[in-house]
This record gives sequence, structure tokens and C-alpha cells, in this order.
Amino acid sequence: MEIAQINKLKNNRFFETYKTQISTFIALIAIGLILSLMTDKFLTGKNLLSVMRQSSINSILAAGMTFVIISGGIDLSVGAIVALSTAIMGDLVVNSGLNPFMGMAVALLLGVIAGSTQGLIIAKVKIPPFIVTLGGMTVWRGVALEYVNGSNVYGLPKPLIWLGGGDVLGIPAPVLMALLVYLGAWFLLKKTKFGTYTYAIGGNEVAARLSGINIDKILVLIYSLNGLLCGVSGILIAGRINATSAVVGVGYELDAIAAVAIGGTSMSGGKGIIWGTLLGALVMGVIRNGLNLMRVSPYYQQIIIGVVIVGAVSIDALRRSRK
Amino acid sequence: MENVTKKFPGVTALDNIQFNLKAGEVHVLLGENGAGKSTLIKIMTGAYTPTEGVIRVQGEEVKIDDPIHAQELGVGAVYQEFNLVPFLDVAQNVFLGKEPRKNGVIDRQYTLDKTKEALDMVGADIKADALVDTLGVASQQMVEIAKALNSRSKILILDEPSAVLTEKEIEKLFKVIERLTAEGVGVVYISHRLEEINVIADRVTVLRDGQYIQTVEVEKGKIDKDELVRLMVGRTLDDFFPKHDIEPGEEILRVENLGKKGVLENISFSLKKGEILGIGGLVGAGRTELAKAIFGAEPADSGKIFVHGKEVSIQSPSAGIANHIGVAPEDRKKEGLVQILEIDKNINLASMQKISRGPVVNFNKMDKVSNSMVDKLKIKTPHLKQLIMNLSGGNQQKVVLAKWLASDTEILILDEPTRGIDVGAKVEVYNLMNELAAAGKAIIMVSSELPELIAMSDRILVMHSGTISGELSKDEFSQERVLKLAAGGEA
Repeated sequence: MEIAQINKLKNNRFFETYKTQISTFIALIAIGLILSLMTDKFLTGKNLLSVMRQSSINSILAAGMTFVIISGGIDLSVGAIVALSTAIMGDLVVNSGLNPFMGMAVALLLGVIAGSTQGLIIAKVKIPPFIVTLGGMTVWRGVALEYVNGSNVYGLPKPLIWLGGGDVLGIPAPVLMALLVYLGAWFLLKKTKFGTYTYAIGGNEVAARLSGINIDKILVLIYSLNGLLCGVSGILIAGRINATSAVVGVGYELDAIAAVAIGGTSMSGGKGIIWGTLLGALVMGVIRNGLNLMRVSPYYQQIIIGVVIVGAVSIDALRRSRK
Repeated sequence: MENVTKKFPGVTALDNIQFNLKAGEVHVLLGENGAGKSTLIKIMTGAYTPTEGVIRVQGEEVKIDDPIHAQELGVGAVYQEFNLVPFLDVAQNVFLGKEPRKNGVIDRQYTLDKTKEALDMVGADIKADALVDTLGVASQQMVEIAKALNSRSKILILDEPSAVLTEKEIEKLFKVIERLTAEGVGVVYISHRLEEINVIADRVTVLRDGQYIQTVEVEKGKIDKDELVRLMVGRTLDDFFPKHDIEPGEEILRVENLGKKGVLENISFSLKKGEILGIGGLVGAGRTELAKAIFGAEPADSGKIFVHGKEVSIQSPSAGIANHIGVAPEDRKKEGLVQILEIDKNINLASMQKISRGPVVNFNKMDKVSNSMVDKLKIKTPHLKQLIMNLSGGNQQKVVLAKWLASDTEILILDEPTRGIDVGAKVEVYNLMNELAAAGKAIIMVSSELPELIAMSDRILVMHSGTISGELSKDEFSQERVLKLAAGGEA
């Protein structure tokens, strides 16, 4: 009976389009089931909320990274831009007494400035995004460290702390923020010209240009959007740890890229679905949480996460090549 | 090869094909795109295994597992697209993947000697240690042939070898082929250029739609072209070019002294509504560059362009599109379409503005436009969400045309509009050109296919090294005149 059913499903266009994401979803449920059997703490409301809270920042960064990767690029400067926006915001708000809402605006603006600068260089000077953002990675962190002179700031005002640790009807604020980001990202990718052009540029930049698309503008917008989401993450991190520092966010870009890859977005661009990225980020969050609950050492955790990333993408690639 | 059949899921690419090659002969494999020539040679070289049928090499039944096995059996092939590594030298390329070793390291001297031997055999004056990147196309082809040959080579397959060569280079290639056949090598030569077949073929096997049609013995210099065309396309040429005569309207485009350093010089012409203006010339004469300059993809740096009598500045594709100019590029895959995007998005890619409100796309409008285009152009697809890469060449070309029709193009530049598409789809493209011209659109058609150029154009401009070397009106059309002008001579 199953084969007939599977065949029926295969003919289904929905299944065709979303097959990677469906398998990621099934994997997520399966991992969840295994963890609930192995520990009694996993399947509790409190723990599930905390998984979501812990995944929220990676989810938000991965959403921006999805645009970048669909356009055929990559952004290695994500963690550094997070540090830039959070550290300068913290310093201005705590040490210079800037209004916290103005502080947040500054964080977002810094993210956009860093992102758009990189986007401009990628578009106009035509240097590969890998190189531009590799440079950005050290430049932005350097700027952040220099600005705060390597020191940390503690004791942030209430609105910031609420954004990092507060909740609405029991749902953590960062989780709500992540949901908003994903709804927005979905709308941009699926419903706007900007989204369609992002796919077109990643799929075939020459054909996109010859269709009259302003490639430079779209690229700058994509990297600016990614920078903006780095700013959002910077604000949430500050609120969560009630402190800011220029050394946060190291390696965040890699987690974001991993979530995008697990979610089925093609690393060569042109193809990808935003909800897949969300699932990818959740898979990573659930595995980390489970390993913590089972008291697996952080060293082993690194090994396991790495294997999961390569494994997930391999399964997808193998299935495709068999076809 | 006896009764060879190759089935892919859903299609029979080859049906019961017969083919035999004698030592020392040139056997031409003739057929339109999609006739099954490529599939057949892939079976000869072991890239595909046949579903049914028997292959014998020197009388012995063999099962060719892979290209390396094929080479061991003495079968070498040179494909249309070269498989050379540009930053390795000739000898390294010739021995790529089968480097001989001595004391654990590559025996460099041996590879150089053997490569020199092979190059001598084809009579090519190329150094074995020259970097491939520094060689011209013709020399690279010689390297490919040297690579395909080894001391045991009995069979050489050449897949449209003349497509990338100039007249002179083709002559040289024929000399190489003669030399090889004199040594007993059998050559399978794939081409659809009847002139060439006339010069080198001993026998011709015609395939059509995966079917074996006939094998004809030919006498050099005396082939019956009409008969071969009839065998190849299954109909006569008259039905093949359904040209309608349309009374041209007012002038829509005028180009004055257009120039681009090192590429285009002093180009002037005008184009009327309803007119199909052919542009002939050799590859590299500046035809594609002219198309791109008018469209704005690679803007000219001197001269003027007038649309509807008004001077316009076209410095980017979007400016070209704003002036209702569209280009169906020569290389559909690389420049025309986004292969991994859906049909509907490709159709609307150049006219998103029209179906959007601010930044938001109205997908109902997109569906409407796409559906009407799919109907109008008879694009064969199960649904609008099909990815372009799953369409045939002909249907892809129709999507390119649909894209420009959707964006209200009035001046349509078609660069090699029927390259790589099958016979049936070609006729459909010609019919579409007629319809568009009748609807008042102006068409510029760049084409290297002389019969197509002559049959479909109302007027022909011939280009030679960046300039217009002559203009032919309908009563002056002839292949000889076009060729003479293309070579820079007087018509």
C-alpha cells in the first residue's frame, strides 16, 4: 500500500517542491521523539519554549542568510556585524545615557550600514562575496573592539531586557520576533519583485541583467537586509544577557549557513525556501538542547553538530543524484 | 552496431539503429537536433549503455562499459564542447587521468614524446609543453584529436568539429582526416552542413527522431543535397520556411555611425515596422555585439540610435527595454533564461513592473499573462510552475520570445533564433516571426544558417570584422553573395 501512496505523493507538485523541507520536518519530529524517549525533561512545555528561545537568534540570522545564499552569495561577516551593533548600542545607552529606543535604532542602522557597504563593494567592484565578507568579518569586529576599547557593558535599561527575556502570554519575546522576521522574509521572497529578482540573480545573473533587472540595487538590498537582521539579533542578545560586548557572535555566521543548508537551500543559489531555513535552525536547536539534557560534553557536541550538517546535506544530494 | 535501441524513462531516444563503420572511411552521421546522433555516439563511447542491440568492434561482440574502456577498444571521440584543462599544458591534457609513472612520479619525458608523436600524426604544429589556454580554438581541437587517438585507435568520432572553425581551419581539419583515414582509421563525422559532407563523406547514415532512416553511399563532390535534406527532415525545404510577405510600415529604428572600440565600426541602418532584417556574417564579425549594443547590454561608445525618429540613449538593458527593444540571445542557457526558475516567472521577468503594485507582485496577473503566452506561443508544458530546465530547446526559445512579448517589445532582436532546436519547433519559431511581423513588430535576425537567413529575411545586412560589408535586397539574395560579403569581398 505504501508504494502506491508514495507514488501518488510523488506526482503531487507540493511534495515535489517541498520534498527537502518535508524530510527536514520529519527529521525534526524524529529527533524530538528520540529525545523524549531518552530524557524525561525534553518533552516539557518549559523546555520546548527554551529550545525556541535559544534558536531564535540563529533563526533570525539564518533568515537573512537565506536571501544572501539564494542570490548566489555568502556572508561571513554576520557574527562581526552582530558584535558591532550590540557593542556600540550598549555603550551609547549605558555610558552615554542614550534613550534605549534610539539605541536600538542605532543598532539597526549600524547593521544596515555594514551590510550595504559590503553589498556595494560586491556589486560595484565585482569581488566575490566570500572575500568581501571575509574582510568585513575582521573589519567590523575591529571597529567594535576599538569603539568600546575591548570593555564590556553591564546593566541595560528595561525595554532592552524585555526584548531579550520578556514574554507575551507565555511566549518569549525573541521567539515572537523570530516569527515576525520569518513572516516578513516569506512575504519578501514569495510576494515581491525583490524576492523574485533574488531567485533570478542566483539562478542566472546574466539572464537577469539582460531582463533589465538592476542587479546592483538588488544585491545592495540583500546585504543590507542581512545587516539589518544582524542588528535585530544584536539587540536581542544584549537583552538576553543584560550586557553588551564586542566579542559576542563569534561563529554565528557558520550556524546561520548551516541552518540554511539543512533547510534545503542550494549553496549555488537560485533555489531555496524560507521555512526550510526555520526548520534547519530548529533542528540545530533541538539537537543542541538534547545533547545538553543528556550532558554530552561540548566537545562531543561540536562533533555531532558537524556530522549532522554534512549528513543532512549529503542525504539530500544523494537522493537528487539517484534521480 | 545492430538493432541498437536506447530508452530513457518516457522516451525512446534511439529505435533499432543500424550503423557500421569500415576501416579508412569517413562515415557521416546526419540528422537534425534531437535526431539521436548524440545518443548514438554516447553509446559508442560507453557513456550510455544501450537498452537493446549488439555492438561489434572488428567483428567481436563487445559491451562498452565506460569511456576509458571505449578508448582501450580503440574508440576515441572529440566532442563539440572541448574537455581540456586550460592551465595545464598539451601533454598534461593528453595524458590526463592516465599519467604514466616512473619511480612513483609522472614520467614527463614519456608523455612529451608520445604527445609529440600524436601531434605529428594529426600534422599539427603545436608544442607538447604549450599551455592549452594560449592555443586558439582550432589548435585546441587538434589537441583533442591527439588526445582521442592512441597507438591502438581504430575509430575516431568527431561531433560537429567544423562548428567552431573558420573556412581555412576546416580545410586543415579535412587534411588531418584524410591523413588518418589513409592510415586505416575509421572516422564517424557528425555534421548537418551539406557542403562539408560533399567534400569528405564516403557514406552517410541519416537519423530522424531516433529512427534509422537510410545509409547512402556518396560520391565526393556529387551528393544529392535535396535528397539528403528530404531524408533528414522528412519533408521538402519549401514547407520548411513559411515566409509571409508583409508590407513594411513606418521606420521604427535607425542606427547612425554606431561604433564600439575594437568591435563595431560605423554601423548605420534603419528598420521598419513589420520588417524582418537579416544580419549575416561569420562568427566574430560583430553581429552579436551589434545586437547587444542596440539593446544596451554592451553599449556602443559612439554613434546614435533613434527609436520612432527620436534619438535615445541606451546604456543598459533596462534602457533598451524602456525603448521596447528585446533580445533573444544566442546562448539561451547562459543569457536567455533562468533555468532553475519557473516558466511563469521567466515569462514575466522583464515586465515585473507591469504586474506589480509598488513592490508587491500580483500573481493573478502573472498567471493571466503567462497563460495567454503559453496558449499563444503553444509552449508545451504541463503547468506554469514547470522549471525551464525541464523544457526542450524549442520550448525554451518560445519562453524567451514570450518574455519579450509580455514586456511590449516592438523591436525584437533574435540572435541565432533556431540554434539547437528541433525541426518542428524551428518551423513554429518561423511562423511566430511571421505573426509578429504581421502585427507590426520589427525583427532583426542574426543567423549563421544561410538557408534560414535567405528564406526569412526581407533584407540582409552582411557584417565583416565589425563593419557592414554590404546590404542585399530580396532580389539579390544568394548564398554566394552573403558568403562573399561575409569574407569581406564585393557581392
